[in-house]
Amino acid sequence: MNASPLQIFIDACLINNFVLALFLGLCPFLGVSTRTDMAFRMGLAVTFVMLVASVCSYGINLILIAIDAPYLRLISYIVVIASSVQLVEMFLKKHSPALFRALGIYLPLITTNCAIIGLALFQTSREYDFVQSLSFALGGGGGFILALLMMSGIRERLELSDVSSIMQGASIALMVAGVLSMAFMGFAGMGR
Amino acid sequence: MTTETVPVDAGKAGDAIGVERLEILTRGIGRENPTFVMLLGLCPVLAVTNSVTNALAMGLATTFVLIMSSMIIAMIRRWVPKEVRIASFILVIATFVTVVDYLLQAISFEVHRALGAFISLLVVNCIILGRAEAFASKNSVGDSMLDALGFGAGFTISCLCMGSVREILGTGTFAGFPLFGPDFAGWSIMILPGGAFFVLGSWLLLFNWLAARKAGRS
Repeated sequence: MNASPLQIFIDACLINNFVLALFLGLCPFLGVSTRTDMAFRMGLAVTFVMLVASVCSYGINLILIAIDAPYLRLISYIVVIASSVQLVEMFLKKHSPALFRALGIYLPLITTNCAIIGLALFQTSREYDFVQSLSFALGGGGGFILALLMMSGIRERLELSDVSSIMQGASIALMVAGVLSMAFMGFAGMGR
Repeated sequence: MTTETVPVDAGKAGDAIGVERLEILTRGIGRENPTFVMLLGLCPVLAVTNSVTNALAMGLATTFVLIMSSMIIAMIRRWVPKEVRIASFILVIATFVTVVDYLLQAISFEVHRALGAFISLLVVNCIILGRAEAFASKNSVGDSMLDALGFGAGFTISCLCMGSVREILGTGTFAGFPLFGPDFAGWSIMILPGGAFFVLGSWLLLFNWLAARKAGRS
């Protein structure tokens, strides 16, 4: 496990994109990808929570190893991540109202998103050190923003085109996601 | 498989099954199917359904967690204060997910490896938390278990729908048994991530088409 931070970033962002290759965080991907500006804010909020979660789970993992209780991992991850996001949210509300308004409504929603817990579990099972964990979180968040922006761009165009009535809604959105996912397979050659 | 177990377990629930009970049990399979109708908990449906075996394992694991957590949540519903209910639901669910995780590791290590992080990710599955919040926290233990069984069966059936199409088209096998003889060239996109999106999109297309046809007739 001695991949460089840049390698990890590219791997998490493009090759193993959280949404299009690992299927994590599909709910916001399908739910909030109808308008580009909303999609971008959602992506920023996810990246932010990912960074918080990454730092928290790195710390918890050290404690759990020290007290030899790996079976508590899942429970403590979810509790600590949820509560630290809540704390950060309160802090933002007080000190940076502009940022809070931009990310606000999304923060509590994504606390229990599978992309966040997935990130924490992956970084533990791959035994990343602190810097590697941070770049993994940044890469995962970056990839999430990328996928969300592409999807919302396509869906804005789809509004204007004539889609057959039985394909409208989730069906066409999933087909589009499939095409995007195939496109991202092209990055596979960049990996190790 | 799951449809066969339904009447047995429903009988276990105790008294005669009224129409209302039957409705609680069946709506998760049909009218309110979590995957095809409500589009909840799509991550595992797309991620681990590249073979029938994995799809079945995922479905059964979800059903187990759903039934056990619904039961416990229905039991403690009177004592949990409203403000901390979501947190306590998540704790109950996380406990059973940890149990399933270790159980599956003991039963079949290969399947456990194939499902990977997605067993742990059951913690944040919206179907389970959704049933806890919408049904188990307001209804009796028996009804909650029936409801959980119905939704678990609905989820398992949708996983199997996805898994069988993807495995048959992708590798030409069904649960490991070859179907088309040695000359079959697998349609490998079906077992890759892109195929998962296409197959789910096509299932939704099929259901939309059937619904449209039904509406047109009446």
